[in-house]
Amino acid sequence: MEVEQFYYDNKIVKKFIIATMLWGVVGMSVGLLLALLFLFPNLTDGISWLSFGRLRPLHTNAVIFAFVGNAIFAGVYYSSQRLLKARMFSDFLSNVNFWCWQLIILGAAISLPLGYTSSKEYAELEWPFDIAIAIVWVAFGINLIGTILKRRQRHLYVAIWFYIATFVTVAVLHIFNSLAIPVGALKSYSVYAGVQDALVQWWYGHNAVAFFLTTPFLGLMYYFVPKAANRPIYSYRLSIIHFWSLIFIYIWAGPHHLLYTALPEWAQNLGVAFSVMLLMPSWGGMINGLLTLRGAWDKVRTDPVLKFMVVAITGYGMATFEGPLLSLKNVNAIAHYTDWIIAHVHVGALAWNGFLTFGMVYWLVPRLFKTKLYSIKLANLHFWIGTLGIIMYALPMYVAGFTQASMWKQFNPDGTLMYGNFLETVAEIIPMYWMRAIGGSLFILGMFIMIFNILATARKGSDVTDELAESAPLQRVSKKRVAGEGWHSWLERKPVQLTIFATIAILIGGIIQIVPTIMVKSNIPTISSVKPYTPLELEGRDIYIREGCVGCHSQMVRPFRDEVERYGEYSKAGEYVYDHPFLWGSKRTGPDLHRVGGKYSDNWHLNHMYDPQSTSSGSIMPGYKWLIRNQLDKSNTETKMRAMVTLGVPYSPSDIANAQQNMTDQGTRIEENLYADPDFAENYENDKTNGGDDFIEMKDREIVAVIAYLQRLGMDIKVKDVETQTTEK
Amino acid sequence: MLKFVKNHMESIAGIEIYPMMSLLIFFTFFVCLFWWVFTAKKEYIKRVSELPLDNPNPSEL
Repeated sequence: MEVEQFYYDNKIVKKFIIATMLWGVVGMSVGLLLALLFLFPNLTDGISWLSFGRLRPLHTNAVIFAFVGNAIFAGVYYSSQRLLKARMFSDFLSNVNFWCWQLIILGAAISLPLGYTSSKEYAELEWPFDIAIAIVWVAFGINLIGTILKRRQRHLYVAIWFYIATFVTVAVLHIFNSLAIPVGALKSYSVYAGVQDALVQWWYGHNAVAFFLTTPFLGLMYYFVPKAANRPIYSYRLSIIHFWSLIFIYIWAGPHHLLYTALPEWAQNLGVAFSVMLLMPSWGGMINGLLTLRGAWDKVRTDPVLKFMVVAITGYGMATFEGPLLSLKNVNAIAHYTDWIIAHVHVGALAWNGFLTFGMVYWLVPRLFKTKLYSIKLANLHFWIGTLGIIMYALPMYVAGFTQASMWKQFNPDGTLMYGNFLETVAEIIPMYWMRAIGGSLFILGMFIMIFNILATARKGSDVTDELAESAPLQRVSKKRVAGEGWHSWLERKPVQLTIFATIAILIGGIIQIVPTIMVKSNIPTISSVKPYTPLELEGRDIYIREGCVGCHSQMVRPFRDEVERYGEYSKAGEYVYDHPFLWGSKRTGPDLHRVGGKYSDNWHLNHMYDPQSTSSGSIMPGYKWLIRNQLDKSNTETKMRAMVTLGVPYSPSDIANAQQNMTDQGTRIEENLYADPDFAENYENDKTNGGDDFIEMKDREIVAVIAYLQRLGMDIKVKDVETQTTEK
Repeated sequence: MLKFVKNHMESIAGIEIYPMMSLLIFFTFFVCLFWWVFTAKKEYIKRVSELPLDNPNPSEL
């Protein structure tokens, strides 16, 4: 048979590897800066774009989409070509994929610190970026599927299935979670409100973990572990079951992020049940990866690539055991909102994603540059420093999580909270934050050692060139099953059908969970006293979103004795019907704010925002001095209100027409309240006389909007005689 | 657990059959999958599992 010659595109792989390492350093360095901000809260005092709330989404996005994302593309582009015996479908699309992805990351690195954020976790980027991501993702998908269609290898190896599932599912998740109404060039409101927004967000958030951090990496595992160990995967049969059960079950598990919240009980239970089931396919995959090394453990002793992979797969096993555990309601009651979750995600990110990426890079680079690794010793050093870093990171965070949870829930014999002041629970875990920062530093140090090693390897190697390969083209086979061919073997050579089946498998879970919550109103009992935000509160809420307050403060009081005692009445689904987007949060570095309205005076809030340590000794909240100086931008308020009306918020035309007056009135009232503090009155009057023309009146400053919003929080149902009625009745 | 879902979806005509159908579809799918996986020929499995390694005769598949 005639054999065709063709070239594998190695240059695109090289580009993605460089980007992986570059963004890895950026993402991890921002992470380290955040870790240091826990210890020195005013390290970046007064610089808005270096404040914790704005940098946190940069850290998560950089690590997930820039570091891990580029690693995925590097691995997928390398392995797909070889598994399919074909060059990528289009060099143009490969380069579009590469350069546009980097541009989006660059855009994120600029826009997130400037405060342009949707506040939805791992989907913080604003709508123009969302559209760009969708386009690049489709370019990647066309390139992948195009390559599959022109392949010279009949059977689609299991890694390719994982890549297909990744492409399809991430596209679906990204589009549905990002649906929003733009109200400006870089500002939009989620089309979903409150409980529904939370459900869609965590359906997305959980499956971003599943289909961005897990399935592509499982594909990489199924390719690179056999490659590195030079033996086939332990059980190919297991990998088939692994694939179908994993993608089917994973998509259901999202609601476990919302246990004990105002999400309807049935959705919570569904999430728990599927999360527990998820243990089986996850561990099936882990065991499959680890047992591939049976009989090759002597190689693991000497080969740093395999060492990294073993720890990566072990980390995957730990994180996926912990996941179902954390989904149990009784465990979740302890772990949620604490640093336990931070430990959990970092075992996944540092060990599974980080170490598998490192192993892959150490394996790939010498081959691409046609040489040997510059230094095996340095690679081993990286391995040990990195492993130590993971342990030093994770263990203290587990301890911190347990400490927080047990202190939050501790009662005195007389029925009062033993640690009524939230700050006592913060002070207790500062040593753990120190250890975490040290662990993180070690991990980054390892990363730098790798970069040196890789650069030295590249320098002594030859230029990366496209690799010549040859293979016979596929012969035409009947579209139907041929004699003796099982239906799954048939499916394995039919990429389009495989894609359709995979899509059905992932859609069912999403549809069953999300459609009822959105369509059936009785899931969210309406509360008649809940009213839309005033224009000033709406602007204040947007500043709350801009500053990333949600990164440290939840707005969801769970129905526990200690939370009700500490924060007030537990949160009801009906209280969030006008919240586009929802701001429940997922971490309590500081206290919950859902019932903060009316708890403190306006002066307290002003002083607290200016210098948190002055009102709350030992607080690790940074100051927000610019809020007190900046003039509030009221130019867009009417547009925002009209967008809200489109989304179903009942602002009347006169509400919108009088928005400016309404804001001035409410601002003036707050300004008058602030005069209660003689210090404020004196300083403010001084500023007024010395300010000249540039002087901005307090009622027009950002802080007043923030105070208005904070004082409103949770007040709706503090009104007496709360009427709860479902629309059914 | 299904009764929670059903309560909220009662308004849709013939909804009772949906959960049963989806359960049946997936049960059947996974039963067939297991059946196929366990009865697949050993040589075939061996051949495909060696795809990432540099197999000399890939076109045989």
